[in-house]
Parts: sequence; structure tokens; C-alpha cells
Amino acid sequence: MDLDDIDFAILRQLSLNATQGAGAIGRACGLSQPAAWRRIKRLRDAGVVRGLRLQLDQQALGFGVTVFLGVKLATKGRVSLEDFERAVSAIPEVQTVEHVLGLYDYRLRVVARDLPDFERVLRRRIMTLPGAGEVEANVLLSEERRPGPLGADPL
Amino acid sequence: MFDDTDRRILRQWQAAPDLSPAELAERARVSIGQLARRQARLREAGVVRGVRAVVDWAALGYVVEVSLRVTLDKTQGSAFDQFIDAARAVPEVIEIQTFLGRVDVRLSVIARDMAHYQHLYRSKILTLPHIADIEALMHVARIKSDEALPL
Repeated sequence: MDLDDIDFAILRQLSLNATQGAGAIGRACGLSQPAAWRRIKRLRDAGVVRGLRLQLDQQALGFGVTVFLGVKLATKGRVSLEDFERAVSAIPEVQTVEHVLGLYDYRLRVVARDLPDFERVLRRRIMTLPGAGEVEANVLLSEERRPGPLGADPL
Repeated sequence: MFDDTDRRILRQWQAAPDLSPAELAERARVSIGQLARRQARLREAGVVRGVRAVVDWAALGYVVEVSLRVTLDKTQGSAFDQFIDAARAVPEVIEIQTFLGRVDVRLSVIARDMAHYQHLYRSKILTLPHIADIEALMHVARIKSDEALPL
């Protein structure tokens, strides 16, 4: 799909605040409301916008700890990846599961209320997964999402 | 501060952020008026920061995603700040995270193909300041990515 700088500007606006109407986005990107609406629809139809995400203050909701886990499967070849993936995805505290190549097989993002709560999740739910082997944990201190390569602002 | 109704609303809202108010009110078993009041209150309290669109980089032609786990040379006090400032200037870096553990900083880097990645890695990543060690995890598949909180 060929996108121009205006499409990139719209994507930047949507990734900051997706609840803006086509009118507001048009004003920010120098388009009329109907023109902005058509472009937004085209971006969504093409799947460039994968979906919407509600952004919550997880500290305020009592989730004080985020930990990234690198998980190695113990017995490669014998464990079904599908079984592992299904079981790990069903754990509510596991927010993301990525299959990776390198030092680890899977990368998990896990939230917990505090460190004792994390330890409970790790021992009772992660370590008991079918095929889970070596696990490395890194506690998240800060996180920043960048706009990505969406070109320079045309305005 | 939050009651079960708030949690119910947040649970349904985060599961489907593009529902209309009427649909969300029905799923959360509240009236539309109640929903609007509680949503406004959750926003004012800063619990709900907003709704953002998630860009599918693969659909834009960035099919390679690599997770770079970086250990910094911490003998210099400003190593973290200088490294992160420089990483922010690389457009292909879409995520910067700092950690307590074996890894200091992790960067998510996207590229159009392996040749593009190799070019980025050599010209924009390895030139970042204060790197002591760097490890790469190549992204194969995203199995779960909703990032929902277990409310």
C-alpha cells in the first residue's frame, strides 16, 4: 500500500489519540473532514491500523510490577509449541507472548500487583507450563513507545 | 476508589475499545448515562489515559522486528541518558524500555527486510553511545498482544 506524508500524519494522530473525529484529525493534517474520513477508512481497511488499545494507568489500578520473561523450552522437539502457546496465553497476568529466535524461545510480558504476587505467578503458573525450561526475568523500570518511521511532519 | 462496576466497565472497554457507548453499556450492564459518568470520572482520575491506534508495521512493509537487549557501560554516570537520547533519534526504534536485571535497556527495532536491518544495525545501532554488550532476539510471531490488565 502506497502511503504519502499526509497518511503518515494521520497515523501519528491516531496513535496518539484514536478517539478524535475525522474533523479534528483533518484540521491537524490540513484536510477537510470528508477527505480525512476517507483516508482514515482506507488505512483501517488496509489493516495498517491493527486495532485500538485502551491506555490504562496500571499503577493506579494496583499493578505495580511489570516483568519481562525470557523462556526457553526444556525439551525441544518433544513439546508441542501449540500446547505451550495455548497454556501461556490463557494466564491472565501474561499480557503479551512473542515467539522469538535467539537466546530464548518466547518473550512474555507479565503484570503483577507487587513482587510477592509476581513470584506466585512465576512459580504456580509459568514454571508449571508444559515444556517450560530456563526462565530469565527482568523487571521493567521505564517504557517509552516511539512514533516509529512515519516520516517528518508535513506541516 | 474503584468498585466492581468500574472494573466491569474497564474490563469490557479494554477488551473492545471500538464498541459504541450503547454496546459497551450493555456488556458492562450499566445504563448509557451511568457509563458516560463513570468513563468521565475514570479519565479525570487519570486511570484511563486515552485510546490509541496500534499501527501494524508489517502492513506498512516493515516485516522484520528485532528485540535488542543492551548492556551499557555504566562507569559513566550519564550512560543511560545519553544512550536513550541517541536511540530516540532513530525512527526505526519503536520501543525503549529500561530494566532491573541482566539487561539494562531493550530496543524494539523494525526494518523492511534483512538487508535494511543489517544497514540499520551497523549505521544507527552499533554507533549508539556506551554499549558494552548487545544481544538480538528476532521476532517470529506475536501469539498474544492485547496487553490487557487482569482486572
